[in-house]
Amino acid sequence: MSSLILPAVLNGLTMGAVYALIALGLTLIYGVLHIINFAHGSLLMLGLYAAYFLFHFWGIDPYLAIVIVVPAFFALGYVLQRGIIAPMSAGSEQNVLLVTLALSLVIDNLALYFWTSNTRTADIAYAYDTVEVLGAYLTLGRVIAFFAALLVAGLMWLFMTRTRTGAAIRAVAIEKRGAEIVGIDVGHTYALCFGIGTACVALAACLLLPTFYVTPQVGYTFVLVAFTTVVMGGMGSLPGALVAGLLLGVIEALGGLFLGESLGQLGIFVAFILTLLFRPAGLLGRRPT
Amino acid sequence: MMRFASLGQAALVALVVVYLLAVYLLPSQVWMGFTINALAMSIVALSWNITGGFGGMASFGHAAMYGTGAYASAVLQVQFGVNAWVAFAAGIAAGALMGAFIGALAFRYGVKGSYFALVTLAFAEVLRICASAFEITGAGRGLQLTLQPGVATLQFNNDRVLTYTLLLGIVALVMALTAWLKYSRFGAYLVAVRENEDAARALGIDTYRVKVTAMAISGAFGGLAGAVYLQLWLFIDSSVVYGVSISVTALIGPIIGGAGTVWGPLVGTLGLHLLGEGAKTALHGAPGLNFVLYALVLIAALRFLPQGLMGLAARIGVLGRKGGDDA
Repeated sequence: MSSLILPAVLNGLTMGAVYALIALGLTLIYGVLHIINFAHGSLLMLGLYAAYFLFHFWGIDPYLAIVIVVPAFFALGYVLQRGIIAPMSAGSEQNVLLVTLALSLVIDNLALYFWTSNTRTADIAYAYDTVEVLGAYLTLGRVIAFFAALLVAGLMWLFMTRTRTGAAIRAVAIEKRGAEIVGIDVGHTYALCFGIGTACVALAACLLLPTFYVTPQVGYTFVLVAFTTVVMGGMGSLPGALVAGLLLGVIEALGGLFLGESLGQLGIFVAFILTLLFRPAGLLGRRPT
Repeated sequence: MMRFASLGQAALVALVVVYLLAVYLLPSQVWMGFTINALAMSIVALSWNITGGFGGMASFGHAAMYGTGAYASAVLQVQFGVNAWVAFAAGIAAGALMGAFIGALAFRYGVKGSYFALVTLAFAEVLRICASAFEITGAGRGLQLTLQPGVATLQFNNDRVLTYTLLLGIVALVMALTAWLKYSRFGAYLVAVRENEDAARALGIDTYRVKVTAMAISGAFGGLAGAVYLQLWLFIDSSVVYGVSISVTALIGPIIGGAGTVWGPLVGTLGLHLLGEGAKTALHGAPGLNFVLYALVLIAALRFLPQGLMGLAARIGVLGRKGGDDA
């Protein structure tokens, strides 16, 4: 049994990196706009389909598709926030949650209508090549996803701390009115964040597709994991999301190892409930004052 | 007990009542079958309305109580051979317990707002995974009651008119309880908690107790809805009764009809089902498109009808007396 634990942990880490990448987008949106985007999983599903169709019809490798899908989803996120979420929620926190829930219902069910519930996969032979790490065999696609997620987390941190736009985003997050007074366009910054968050999820989709599948329901599975990651990491914290994502990947892998495949995800939701109850500020966060 | 703020509200309620009675006279059985589904769903909408409407605690996981009611009743009947009436009552009790349990845990740690919505969602998901994994709940296959129509087994599937009448009675009972709750001291406490929890506590209201009690009452209605579903269909499955579509339907109906009103959940659920059915006919039964429609109506309602249809109707033909209330 103990010989199975290390491979399970390593596998969990590679899946956890994808969770982290999805959660990075969600936590950025929460940290700045203070809204929970329920449609995040549905946007992931759309990203998976985008990458799938690019591969299916034009034979574009999912890793190459990143340069098309990510900018397109940035624009989509920007427009969604400016055109639908902001005007329709009339400024109430509860309404934002409901509007994004409604958006996810629209996206999921339209996907079901147009693309049916068939499970689709993009078969790229090399994605399933194995790499030996510390005596454990890991799929190449997952290893690529792992390092790409770490890279993006690093880039995002540099963007937030070293650029003028990053500084503006942080200013809006901390003090919306103050930022407005010094001349920052808050509506634009909000939409920008939503765009970046959506771009993150699209990138995760492109990295996920080679070793995963896509159905219209796939977003729902991920959205709960993403919420868990964001809450565990401390709402709005980028490093927290990274740590929590990796941790949850490991929890899921070990849960699957010890409890069996069907109960593997249970560990994630139990972790979610426990975190919400006992440490709502997150594992790395401070208690709100 | 029934006080209407305006002629508009009275007219809207009258329209619903006339429709529900007209179903008896319509020659086609299709209408009755369809209205049975809508009524069954309106019970869980009424359940959501207690916490989400009066209490201001919007849950995204009312399937947790619905599914628990359905499974408690089904497990007792199928696995232990318990009498259907006893199992039905146990389903209601199990829903109440689950509601109180989730409420007690969440409110003990001050979980509220969006966090509360997510906690309830996570509970529903945990229960769904458990129900689909353990043998006693039928694992992945679900649970099937043996078809045995009769009063002793609470199965009236062979008599549609009787089923409809019984459902009307159950919905009327739940609404009467809601109205009673609304005008009771407890209802006033609950609304006070919704409007300003700190102020309510400062006035000496035990807000924790009020919120947990509301969750228990809501859970009892939710469990009732689940137990009714079981008796209607004689089959349950974890992805249906603990599924997200139950939780979503539970909240959309009241929000569109008017959250925190007695008639709102029924008006909203009935309206949505009519709309969904109309769309299904127009689009030749495309699956899932009714949810697209519901979601679009929800977005529009959040933006343009903050008080739902009952709130809109309240503004039409306002009656000249003071103290008129939203029914």
